[in-house]
Amino acid sequence: MNSLLRAEGLVAGWQKPATQAVDFSLAAGEVVGLTGPNGVGKSTLLAAFAGRARIFSGRIEQQKGLRLALQTQDIPPVVGLPLSGRELLALTGAGAAGLPPWLAGRIDMRLDRLSGGQRHYLALWAILQAPADLVLLDEPTNNLDAAGVAHLTAHLRERAEAGAGVVVVSHDAAFVETVCDRVVLLGAGDVE
Amino acid sequence: MWNELFLVPFLTGLGLAVLLPLLGCYLRLRDEWLAALAYSHVAAAGALLALVVGLPPTAGGIAAAGLAGAGKRLFSRRLSGGASYAVLLLGGWAGAVLLAANHPMAERLGHALFDGQLYFSGSDQLALVAIALVLALLLLRLLSKNLLLAHVYPDFFRIRGLRAWPIQGGFDLLAALFLALATMSMGVMGAFGLVFIPPWLAFRRARNWRSGLLLALVIGVLGYVAAFALALGLDQPFGPVLALLLIVIGLVIA
Repeated sequence: MNSLLRAEGLVAGWQKPATQAVDFSLAAGEVVGLTGPNGVGKSTLLAAFAGRARIFSGRIEQQKGLRLALQTQDIPPVVGLPLSGRELLALTGAGAAGLPPWLAGRIDMRLDRLSGGQRHYLALWAILQAPADLVLLDEPTNNLDAAGVAHLTAHLRERAEAGAGVVVVSHDAAFVETVCDRVVLLGAGDVE
Repeated sequence: MWNELFLVPFLTGLGLAVLLPLLGCYLRLRDEWLAALAYSHVAAAGALLALVVGLPPTAGGIAAAGLAGAGKRLFSRRLSGGASYAVLLLGGWAGAVLLAANHPMAERLGHALFDGQLYFSGSDQLALVAIALVLALLLLRLLSKNLLLAHVYPDFFRIRGLRAWPIQGGFDLLAALFLALATMSMGVMGAFGLVFIPPWLAFRRARNWRSGLLLALVIGVLGYVAAFALALGLDQPFGPVLALLLIVIGLVIA
């Protein structure tokens, strides 16, 4: 298998360690979920994979030339900004093809005139569809209704089939179970 | 207006009326509209200092604002949340007023800088503004996508290996230099009016970023042309007339 990302004994954090030692690997075309209770360090681990968090011990190996896309829980600051959905997608190199019908017709509207759910999905889509080999998603189902979650699930599977690796941090157990090939439960080992 | 005496000042101001609203859109994007006032005051202080020590005021103003723009990032960690602009604004104002109070020539120039002295612009100033306008249009076009990306997706921006400092530091320097040039030509408040009000209205009304830039530009140019004609016709100082007219346009549109 073509390994995109491998972590061995990884302890990551910010000012101080925020995770236990974690072994992790991700192959191209694989969707892996990271779950666990609050405060166990799921988002910190994702940030470490993206090179944002501090590594206290262990190591991370990435495939050479790996292109990353990262979605965080921070909401893009677009309120009061005259930025359309199409312009947002162009910023990350994402395309509009494949957007759900309830969003495709609103692509030329200002982002701050969309509903919270529509804006969240478009902001997520800009990351999902950005040219990348590894997509890191932190709680992507926040603010999404059932139709949004279903569309996201289908799209993530398509993205993986096209060869991308996807790491998903989520509290949404049903979503994780549906979309992921494998789940890493932090604090309790690796669950197939 | 068609009199040759006023053509050069009119064209100088017109160039700035195109440049400043566009620059203001990117300052507003970064929540840094206060920077316009800060750089203008620093430029005024620099111009007065240059005059006192026998150097060309325009060069002094541009150099002081350029230094402030380039140096701002060195202190950005300690002076976050716009504090750096407040410090520059207060420092620039204090320096300018003290210089004006202690030197007769500086006092005259100080009044001109704060009231606006567009009608005294010469062909050398017009040439500088024309060069600045071409440079600004080229550089803003180059920086635009990354400035937007860094604002909307700062993490994505970083993990793509894009370096923030050449883009953000470059923009700071650009803004400082162009605002200094504008202050030398149309005064502190005239320049601030064109940087602040057209983008403020455009951000409220525009459908997207591109149309926002266009709307800011149109408001800036129309406001400027009307203010120039009004100030000339009523024999009033240009800066305050422009500021009042932009406020009226702002209240009507907003």
